[in-house]
Amino acid sequence: MKSTYTLPDETGHFGIFGGRFVPETLMKAVMELESAYREAKADPEFQKQFQDLLKEYVGRETPLYYAENLTKYAGGAHIYLKREDLNHTGAHKINNAIGQALLAVRMGKRKVVAETGAGQHGVATATVCALLNLECIVFMGEEDIKRQALNVFRMELLGAKVVSVTSGSATLKDAVNEALRYWVANVDDTHYLLGSVMGPHPFPMIVRDFQSVIGKETREQFLGRNEKLPDAVVACIGGGSNAMGMFYPFIKDEQVRLYGVEAAGQGIQTPFHAASLTKGKPGVLHGALMYLLQDEDGQIQEAHSISAGLDYPGVGPEHSYLKDSGRAQYHSITDQEALDAFQLLSKLEGIIPALESAHAVAFAIKLAAEMEPGQNLVVCLSGRGDKDVDAVKTRLQGGVTNE
Amino acid sequence: MNRITQAFRRLTETNGKAFIPYIMAGDGGLSCLVERLQLLERLDATAVEVGVPFSDPVADGPTIQQAGIRALKDGTSLNDILVELTKAKANLHIPIILMTYLNPIYSYGINRFVEAAQTAGIDGCIIPDLPIEEEEIIAPQLAEAGIELIRLVTPTTPIKRVEEISNRGNGFLYTVTVKGITGARGEFDGGLSTFLSSVKQVSPIPVVAGFGISNNEQIAEMTKYCDGVVVGSKIVDLLSKNRLEELEDFMSAYKKSSANI
Repeated sequence: MKSTYTLPDETGHFGIFGGRFVPETLMKAVMELESAYREAKADPEFQKQFQDLLKEYVGRETPLYYAENLTKYAGGAHIYLKREDLNHTGAHKINNAIGQALLAVRMGKRKVVAETGAGQHGVATATVCALLNLECIVFMGEEDIKRQALNVFRMELLGAKVVSVTSGSATLKDAVNEALRYWVANVDDTHYLLGSVMGPHPFPMIVRDFQSVIGKETREQFLGRNEKLPDAVVACIGGGSNAMGMFYPFIKDEQVRLYGVEAAGQGIQTPFHAASLTKGKPGVLHGALMYLLQDEDGQIQEAHSISAGLDYPGVGPEHSYLKDSGRAQYHSITDQEALDAFQLLSKLEGIIPALESAHAVAFAIKLAAEMEPGQNLVVCLSGRGDKDVDAVKTRLQGGVTNE
Repeated sequence: MNRITQAFRRLTETNGKAFIPYIMAGDGGLSCLVERLQLLERLDATAVEVGVPFSDPVADGPTIQQAGIRALKDGTSLNDILVELTKAKANLHIPIILMTYLNPIYSYGINRFVEAAQTAGIDGCIIPDLPIEEEEIIAPQLAEAGIELIRLVTPTTPIKRVEEISNRGNGFLYTVTVKGITGARGEFDGGLSTFLSSVKQVSPIPVVAGFGISNNEQIAEMTKYCDGVVVGSKIVDLLSKNRLEELEDFMSAYKKSSANI
């Protein structure tokens, strides 16, 4: 990878991936969004507004914590945790939600529509809409509503309207379909606040840029502390926003290895997983060309994971590009491994991670053991596990979870 | 000459308006596809849009979504549809326009698809998630094969862009009448006539209105400002309920009123 990484290109592509594969009705909106974003990005006033809210409302910067007990347990490289779980609303999702909501206000759009899987992005969006007095509608799969009942209540408490999606597999993919349909019909006064590094250009770029505060802080914190860069960074991947936010500031540092961790569900040899990069092939969904879980006829397959936030059959176009170019490596972790890591981190460090983040922790433990004791790796701990405690309890007691 | 262009030429000569029904391939089983095409040919449709079912049809409303789900449950694939159309090619004279999201084609392989579509006698393609910015992925191959890529404009498309899109040519300009997804509607936006007129003014190719059109009054109103209509959800609904007489009545009433325009 050269030090001249400038993707996406002018037409929104990352190599063959990305693009704007949307109905014509949305073209004007995505083009307007792109020019509004480019203006905002260059506007110091907008950047100050964004930075101020990240500091005073979200509580950034988040700590980079050296997990000594976990390091001893893994028996290899030093493991650091980037504590995105300590953000307001409990996950990294708020970084992007604030940025895009400010952008919506700047464009004069007072209504916001969003999709959510685990509910974290929905909660983050509802939170920011409450703060900025925007009308908020969140589409959420019926299955996810069952798995994440508390987050549904949180969104409603924050003044958002949560709409249950029953079509298809009734999970994140279908929530995106409905949010897109809603946006097509209400495009004049509504901003689609997409929650991950996916969808049509410019969304993958915008979400990455707003999330890259994660990697920027990590890089500076690590350098400040160790006077060198970490040897590896690790992040979980559903759509891939926390991973892209963590990776992006490190892309030009060729010596830093980038690891994305997908959900292997019940195992990638079974049909019940969400490992789009490991097991999928390139295709077009939700406005972008990306790796997709699909059958031989190009029909999109359902993804499966114990974690609602990773339960998506695609993965951001930039990750698709980073995989093919070899700059990042992608691995997968099963439901069981994630559950083990969930408990392990709770017991060893007193930190209950989100099930999504537990996938990254599980992989980091394996990776650290293979690395030299003097080496360092950073895990993006993308969210906290409060939302998952109930489901994990049921599962550990041998009951049936709403997977 | 492409059969779509021919059909519109004939309409111009007779001062007629185009009526293009949409059907979902595989809804009711793939075996009835050709039968339905022949029925629509007998009922004097100008062309037929044949929908390819897709798991994630973001531009479609509930009626077509449900038809797609039924077709997929029945195991319908793009390949099966192409095979079926190839077999029936000699017995079908009506222009056939395949309407499919990009992914089934992409997965099939762009070149392999274009070749198979040509063999199947397909005259045109509508790909609702392929704006002009991305069409290089398939437009040159379709042009080479003599298959017309039918492009869409919508009420959110700035008029400059309508001009740019329509100037790319081919059979007709599919003019989406609503800001929204497919599906029958009781009412249309008050600005629709102005919109259709302005599209008609800049477009060098015939302008056909679609999305939400479900009765003859709407058709009569629309065709004052354009060259024809696509009727989707209404036809899909009648066919899936096997209400063929109603379908015949609907289409013959249209023909009568069209003759009076």
